[in-house]
Amino acid sequence: MKDFEPVIVAFCCHYCAYTAADMAGSLRLSYPPNVKIIRVPCSGKVDVIHLMQAIERGADGVYVAGCLEGDCHFKSGNAKAARRVAYVKRLLKDIGIEPERIEMIMMSAGMGERFAAVAEAFTDKIRRLGPNPVKLMGASKTRDPHNVSPANKESAAL
Amino acid sequence: MITAERKPIQEIINFVSPYKNLLLVGCNECVTVCSAGGRKEVALLSSALQVASMKAGRIIHIQEMTLERQCDPEYVEQLVPYIDQADAVLSLACGCGVQEIARRFKDKMVFPGVNTKFMGASERPGVWAERCQGCGDCLLGVTGGICPIARCSKRLQNGPCGGSSKGKCEISPDVDCVWQLIWDRLKALGLEERYEAILPAKDWRSGRGGGPRKIVREDLM
Repeated sequence: MKDFEPVIVAFCCHYCAYTAADMAGSLRLSYPPNVKIIRVPCSGKVDVIHLMQAIERGADGVYVAGCLEGDCHFKSGNAKAARRVAYVKRLLKDIGIEPERIEMIMMSAGMGERFAAVAEAFTDKIRRLGPNPVKLMGASKTRDPHNVSPANKESAAL
Repeated sequence: MITAERKPIQEIINFVSPYKNLLLVGCNECVTVCSAGGRKEVALLSSALQVASMKAGRIIHIQEMTLERQCDPEYVEQLVPYIDQADAVLSLACGCGVQEIARRFKDKMVFPGVNTKFMGASERPGVWAERCQGCGDCLLGVTGGICPIARCSKRLQNGPCGGSSKGKCEISPDVDCVWQLIWDRLKALGLEERYEAILPAKDWRSGRGGGPRKIVREDLM
């Protein structure tokens, strides 16, 4: 477990966290390469299914980074994202997975330093938590587009 | 719509844990609208079951399918090409859909993934409230379009009772006294005299009091 390097998926809002990541780069701040960024037009675009499937497919940690409270470009996307993250945390807890593997984080576009610090702290936390138990089973292939039953096709298209 | 809520995940896991191949079936109608058993909820539950089973050290194969309407035989028939690969069916439809699958596929065990709740309406995003009890003899024409059977805790036809206080029901400050709502609405419509009319005792045989009900329309047969 000593060499464990977690895979972290970060859904980053275009208007804040993604720009903050850009700023972290401009400031020459380094953050762990474990964090794989997915840019979304608003954190409110992230659905519970995206979070759950990230875990199902073997991500060790997932976070949604949205705008500061009250600053959402689309009014309330960040608040919605926070409620969805809370829902998935409860679901994970119910199925015996550590809810800490999923977090909601808020920041503004100017917070390059915070972006790097959050990436560092979250990666550390997941490193201490250990690998996603799903990985030990080789992660799920059920929604692999190349290995999908006819009945699953409809859902795979989601 | 018919409203439903997903069962506790542990109850579902207990149902399906003996099976390796599951057919997880959603419904595109009411349970989609109340976010309990549509395509998204099917995918989410499938994902959760898969993660839970992998954590327990085994992999299950889940086929996902969401039918247009699970309470109609012609749509349930669409499961035929997939049913043979399944050891059991987990349905996220209301109780009608679950029973339709049980009726059509007699050799497969079918489990409900949701608790069917009531016939209701959406009050705001994420909130649904009971509006109709299907009593079979609609009173809405005389009560200003507000149902005392579904929305009065005592199903009083001539209310309110003494438990009505400041427009709320004695069972909870979150529950409106429906007879207050009826009075306010009749007054706004200038139809106060309708409130004065005493409604006779209801014949409950048109509801569940008459046993399981059926509608037969010969013109459509």
